[in-house]
Amino acid sequence: MSDKKSVISKGDFTPVEYDPQYILQVNHLKKYFPIKGGMVSKTVGHVKAVDGVTFNLKRGTTMGLVGESGCGKTTTGRTILRLAGEKTDGQVLFNGKEVYDMSPKEMRALRTKMQIIFQDPFSSLSPRLPVGEIIGEAVREHKLVSKSEFNDYIDKVMDNCGLQPFHKARYPHEFSGGQRQRICIARALALNPEFVVCDEPVSALDVSIQAQIINLLKDLQDQYNLTYLFISHDLSVVEHISDSVGVMYLGNLVEYGDTEDIFRNPLHPYTKALFSAIPVPDPNAKMNRIVLEGSIPSPANPPSGCKFHTRCPYATERCKVEAPCQREVEPGHYVVCHLFDK
Amino acid sequence: MAKKKAEGYLSGREARRIAKENRRITNAFEKQRKRKNVPESEYLTHMADPNNAVEFDNLHTYFYTDAGVVKSVDGVSFEVPIGKTVGVVGESGCGKSVTSLSLMQLLQRPQGQVVEGEIRLNMGDKAYDVTKMPNEQMQKIRGNYVSMIFQEPMTSLNPVFRIGEQVDEVIALHHGEGKTKEDIKNRTIELLEMVGIANSQGVYQMYPHELSGGMRQRVCIAMALACSPKVIIADEPTTALDVTIQAQVLDLLRNLKDKINSSIMFITHDLGVIAEMADYVVVMYAGRVVEKGTVHEIFSNPAHPYTIGLMASKPVVGKQVDKLYSIPGKVPNPIDMPNYCYFKDRCEMCVAGCEGEYPCQVQLSPTHFVSCYRYYDHKNQGGEG
Repeated sequence: MSDKKSVISKGDFTPVEYDPQYILQVNHLKKYFPIKGGMVSKTVGHVKAVDGVTFNLKRGTTMGLVGESGCGKTTTGRTILRLAGEKTDGQVLFNGKEVYDMSPKEMRALRTKMQIIFQDPFSSLSPRLPVGEIIGEAVREHKLVSKSEFNDYIDKVMDNCGLQPFHKARYPHEFSGGQRQRICIARALALNPEFVVCDEPVSALDVSIQAQIINLLKDLQDQYNLTYLFISHDLSVVEHISDSVGVMYLGNLVEYGDTEDIFRNPLHPYTKALFSAIPVPDPNAKMNRIVLEGSIPSPANPPSGCKFHTRCPYATERCKVEAPCQREVEPGHYVVCHLFDK
Repeated sequence: MAKKKAEGYLSGREARRIAKENRRITNAFEKQRKRKNVPESEYLTHMADPNNAVEFDNLHTYFYTDAGVVKSVDGVSFEVPIGKTVGVVGESGCGKSVTSLSLMQLLQRPQGQVVEGEIRLNMGDKAYDVTKMPNEQMQKIRGNYVSMIFQEPMTSLNPVFRIGEQVDEVIALHHGEGKTKEDIKNRTIELLEMVGIANSQGVYQMYPHELSGGMRQRVCIAMALACSPKVIIADEPTTALDVTIQAQVLDLLRNLKDKINSSIMFITHDLGVIAEMADYVVVMYAGRVVEKGTVHEIFSNPAHPYTIGLMASKPVVGKQVDKLYSIPGKVPNPIDMPNYCYFKDRCEMCVAGCEGEYPCQVQLSPTHFVSCYRYYDHKNQGGEG
């Protein structure tokens, strides 16, 4: 068959060693979804949802992951947690252990250490279970506390997340959006995780409720020394909560570094455009907006070379052919762009 | 049997009584509306100021639900001047959308009814009161003089018709007289080009699912602009879009507004978008306008505690704060609202007067109004209310 596009190259990266300061090390992570077609459901191509993402996450810090919808933010989060089937390529080291090499038994034990808070608090809670059961189900399943302490433990978790003990017997439909998000947070934290993926936890909420939830997440982080991967498309929220930020475009991390560096000194043309598009709540602000033409290309058939070249104002001939690799421009500030080749 | 009934508990008998009473009220409204051959004099009115495109005057829109009457919009008054953009901000459920739907007469009937007040629409040489207009007249106004861009570009286009057919339909309905199909098609393609769709001939033949979110929103905007309306209601047009696409759509709306010289009523909960788009801002809370003024007044000198809280609770890029301000409590239950300041229970700046009935509007400057007891001194000293 002449279908060469669907052949996946594997293993062309240097494996990383465990570095104890990092809780999570992600190296050249790839996740492709097959596109089935034809009479016999043959694989005719791949949606390259995550296409070589590399970053390290320090214990007790928050990394923000930003980007347009469809750029692979959520898939990255789910792939790290091994929730999206098998990875295609790359490494995910959690406390130095490859997540994808674990036996089902080990994986099950690890699940308590890695949790996720979903975007939509309306559809991610079972409508048929009372709140106490939603929060306590996994605790009981993993036998984290003894039966006699179970009720007190759930009360304590709920109290930490701003819920009252009498809420335990209620069902999710009796709660408002902000409270439901608190239930989701309580559910994740009940297992004493070390690492939590927050997948757009405040996008579905009103501004005043957003502030409550963000404050809650920050307080809990201080209290339990949690590590967050905070996925969001709201850049102002990400700036507020994160210690480091990764900017994704079409399955790639195009820029990655400390929040301070990224927001003060964005380097990649896409990051610049993204930041210039943030509306500023000040009518006197004069903005120099870089308006990107067109929309994000299809990840099933991404452009050759640098994936951003179709929308990039600085694109050269070289960008169309050659894919740039990650470069450390300042200490801890990485960018993937030909403009910064020395 | 001394078990305390949960708050908001309704017995079956009570619910039936409410439902019956609601039906009686809504049937009366519906009967009034469904009359045929209503003389124009019944809904003819005068604009308070001929420079306004729309005037909302003491609008009350209630929903008669089986759990009780929900006063979604409870005495809202503001104006949309010709050629200006008015931003309406507030949390979900505060009545922003219901206000705009009242203007379009697209409320969920029979439960939703405009109970009191006027919405005056400037038609050039005359003015109509939209709330009293019969359905058949309203159809001529809708899409023609007033049109709406909805929040969800994914759901507001019909998935089984091609883009071209859907835009054609609007033009054929309102400006179709004496035009051939070819003319209408050309106009549609012209519109699609105007909203920045490069491949307009191709998009004309496409179905909505073939387009991205930003493109669909452009199509929705093209449909809304098809008849060069005097008033465009944009109901959270960019909430479902990414920031980069949002920037494109906002740019587009601003340019098109100037091109056809219409007014925009811009509904959103994003203060950043408001600061960028609006000339005037109306802040709504629980069905009432708590503060209104020009965009500079609202942003540089917010007066109502709710507006201040709203501004403080939004993180701003470039401004680092340790902890975000969060407004305590939550929006009150909309059923059977009490007659005192609805924000009282969440307010951190309460004064003695707050115990009294709902505060009336205090004028801080010729264009700046606020409903709050904290400014009553101001009113007394200023002489005029």
